[in-house]
Amino acid sequence: MKRDNTGKQQSWVPGVLIGIAIAYLALVQYIPALNVFVQAFHKGIGPFLSNLTKADFLHAAWLTLLLAVITIPINTVFGLCAAWAISRHKFPGRAIVLSIIDLPFSISPVVAGLMIVLLYGRQGWFGPLLEAHNLKIVFAFPGMVLATAFVSMPFVAREVIPVLEEYGSDQEEAAKTLGANDWQIFWRVTLPSIRWGLLYGLILTNARAMGEFGAVSVVSGNIADQTQSLPLFVEEAYKQYETESAFSAAVLLGLLAVVTLVLKAILERRTRI
Amino acid sequence: MLFLPIAAMLLKASTERPTRFWEIATSPLALAAYNVTFVTSLLAALLNGIFGTLIAWVLVRYNFPLKRLVDATVDLPFALPTSVAGLTLATVYSSNGWIGSLLAPLGIKVSFTRLGVGVAMIFISLPFVVRTVQPVLQDMEHDIEEAAWCLGASQWQTFWKVILPPLFPTILTGVALGFSRAVGEYGSTVIISSNTPYQDLIAPVLIFQRLEQYDYAGATVIGTVLLIISLVLLLAINFLQGWARRYETR
Repeated sequence: MKRDNTGKQQSWVPGVLIGIAIAYLALVQYIPALNVFVQAFHKGIGPFLSNLTKADFLHAAWLTLLLAVITIPINTVFGLCAAWAISRHKFPGRAIVLSIIDLPFSISPVVAGLMIVLLYGRQGWFGPLLEAHNLKIVFAFPGMVLATAFVSMPFVAREVIPVLEEYGSDQEEAAKTLGANDWQIFWRVTLPSIRWGLLYGLILTNARAMGEFGAVSVVSGNIADQTQSLPLFVEEAYKQYETESAFSAAVLLGLLAVVTLVLKAILERRTRI
Repeated sequence: MLFLPIAAMLLKASTERPTRFWEIATSPLALAAYNVTFVTSLLAALLNGIFGTLIAWVLVRYNFPLKRLVDATVDLPFALPTSVAGLTLATVYSSNGWIGSLLAPLGIKVSFTRLGVGVAMIFISLPFVVRTVQPVLQDMEHDIEEAAWCLGASQWQTFWKVILPPLFPTILTGVALGFSRAVGEYGSTVIISSNTPYQDLIAPVLIFQRLEQYDYAGATVIGTVLLIISLVLLLAINFLQGWARRYETR
């Protein structure tokens, strides 16, 4: 009500501001996003489908799926442990640990990939050891898993920590006095209260794991049919002037983004209530 | 998982003699790459500081059709894989793309130039500003604004003298977050840039190229420079958040 009074003074202001905001978003986001779908389908659905059945593409899609399936459980376990340790214990340097957890977000993905190469590559720390056991990590699938796990590590911890802190440990202590063991407390008390935060973290982890480009591209060597994930496939196809197959793959990744956004929006509404 | 890789890189970097380290870190090509990376990121982040705040303001204060949809899509750059972003931005802003073809007659080339790198950086850093400013704006009390109006301040004065000062540290935090992301960005920038040295070659791409040439020392040195800068930025962001929080308790 009060806002209406001021609105009457200069009623054109909100309209203009909304207009500017939408125009800016359109230039930066909407038009490029729409472009993905138009480019992929401008020759009809036939070429699109035939692009999606090529061997290179199928292999890349399979790898991307595999990366997500492997890294999500690892990061969930790590994230939950880290979140629990940080929110349930007061220890010196806690603030530092909190910001260190965010480190994978602030490091350039290329630098993250470089670190893994320096650690596990042929001339790296573990290089001789790995070579002796005939294990290949860099320029192979395990390296891609490591790179993906690294860049998507903080999401779960980050979403769960605030929820855990908000709930406090009262319920857990109550369960303990009633004779529940640690495992029971986790499954029956802690997990239900953090489930939305955890789910939110999982969705973000999944989006990043499937979409990561920089770190994976440094580590994988980008060999078609072997170490090429879907985002790498998109870049490679574009560079080879196969714009159509690039956009066909991009549509799939774009749909992943749409699904992520929809789930995020639903969860945000749920947690707000 | 986290410390070992960082330690490996710093140790590898420290095996270089300091003079050699300095030589690689400040070679003309590296300096040009820093220049492109940091100046372009900063401009992109500052531009987003203005427009991101405006978008946050519009989303918090006004009602309009499809507002929920607009709100949800702000996070698109988080959800969309960066190579897809680079691909579509490069196409839309190329001289025969939807937007690029409108700019081409004016003599403005976007894709495969530094301007294109800037556009990609704007794309990926925008949600950081909006999502940082939005919740703070939401919690802001209407009281002081109303008090300002009662005392006869115009809307413009209210904005500059009442709303902006407490919001400023938050906006800076968002800009710093966006800047830090833009500096490290690789996927979208490598596609939209022509990667020409001294023109639109950014530091992460330089690292990548050094690695491709098996020049591990060169890659490590430049990587270390970027790592140190991200650490400094992380500290700066923490400091800014502390500053912003001080306003809350007052």
